[in-house]
Amino acid sequence: MTEHDNPYDWLADVHADDHRWAYGTGFTDPLAGIDTSVPEGMDADALATYCVALGDDALIYSHRLQQWITRMPELEEETALANIALDLLGQARMLLSRAGAIRGRTEDELAFFRDEPQFRNVRLVERADQDFAEVVGRLLVFSSWRLAVFERVTDSADPVLAAIGAKGMAELTYHRDYAAQWVIRLGDGTELSKQRMQAALRTIWPYVDELFRPHPVDLVPIQRGEVDVVLDTVFATAGLDRPDVAPLALVGGRAGRDGVHTEALGYVLAELQSLPRAHPDATW
Amino acid sequence: MVTRSATAWDVAATTPDPELPMLTIGDLGILRAVDESADRVVATITPTYSGCPALREITADLERRLRAAGHREVEIRTQLAPPWTSDWITDAGRGKLAEAGIAPPAAARPRTGPVPLTLGRRASATCPRCGSAETVETAAFGATACKSLHRCTRCDEPFEAVKPL
Repeated sequence: MTEHDNPYDWLADVHADDHRWAYGTGFTDPLAGIDTSVPEGMDADALATYCVALGDDALIYSHRLQQWITRMPELEEETALANIALDLLGQARMLLSRAGAIRGRTEDELAFFRDEPQFRNVRLVERADQDFAEVVGRLLVFSSWRLAVFERVTDSADPVLAAIGAKGMAELTYHRDYAAQWVIRLGDGTELSKQRMQAALRTIWPYVDELFRPHPVDLVPIQRGEVDVVLDTVFATAGLDRPDVAPLALVGGRAGRDGVHTEALGYVLAELQSLPRAHPDATW
Repeated sequence: MVTRSATAWDVAATTPDPELPMLTIGDLGILRAVDESADRVVATITPTYSGCPALREITADLERRLRAAGHREVEIRTQLAPPWTSDWITDAGRGKLAEAGIAPPAAARPRTGPVPLTLGRRASATCPRCGSAETVETAAFGATACKSLHRCTRCDEPFEAVKPL
């Protein structure tokens, strides 16, 4: 290695090619060398839309988890959320790349240069968690639901989507176990921790209905029952009640999968997209 | 002109993993295939985790090594299916991990049938320093996507383990 004034010069030198650091354009294609042709008889546009929806769920939720970095009560939990966010970002990259291969757009264009109504994520992933109980409560709901979705996705007629689903399952199982253990620890902990865990579930619950609402974008049907079995097992062990609250209303019959979002998404996108939009050619 | 001394597979398989540098990508089981024909080499790798940031470095390093070994046309491909599992780490790889103080992974969960929920503490790893099975998992996630943190209750040493996944 030759001498350099600072590590950035060194990085620039050892990566004389087009690699970028941190955010940016020009990341290597996560699907490099994979045959992304759409199987005969499959609706390419519907497949791309579904991949965008599943990719957006992961992208937006990953961003919300990343916002906790440097703000967790313990280093161990911070590492956990960072790792979970990284797994989800990886899933988002593959799913957006898969959609992009059909639409002729890159993962970066899809992540950074779409506006709110073009995002197809469910509304559950948009809000900012207010405390640690909300973090683990939402993670339990999200990972249990997504695991059930990915189990179905492994049977997709599109081998690329099926492979992304199979790849993500072990990760989601690990996330779910982590969240379940914390929900139990808080629910079965002190009076205060139980009270706050129960309150967190009540806050999250209005967003749950949308996850199971049949929608034309979703190519695989998810039975709510199979996810409920998991959640009820955790709640029973934790001594928590399944909240009985009304679902968040649809807006003219539409919700996240239709591009109708809560106010919170705008804040996520402002943070996520402002830099690449201000400096579309930035590299470092 | 570089003289080709080893097969393309040997060159590719000895590429170190940037996050577990004591292991090669051959040890990790992420090198899936190396097809060599005339001056063209196609190496196929698979990610350990969906978001594994090391894959980009591995791709660049792999390409550089194959070129340095005299292969003029090199292509690195990604393969997603079947998904990598920690069961693919070779016995040699497990030995190197243990030697470096990182507990090798136990057998991963079977991938068929419904996914069972783990409500209690997961089984911990065997201490790579003293060999005791009396250890506790102190954190389910570690410094890299593939590792968790543990403490041995017999020798009192903290250690990392590769997650069985």
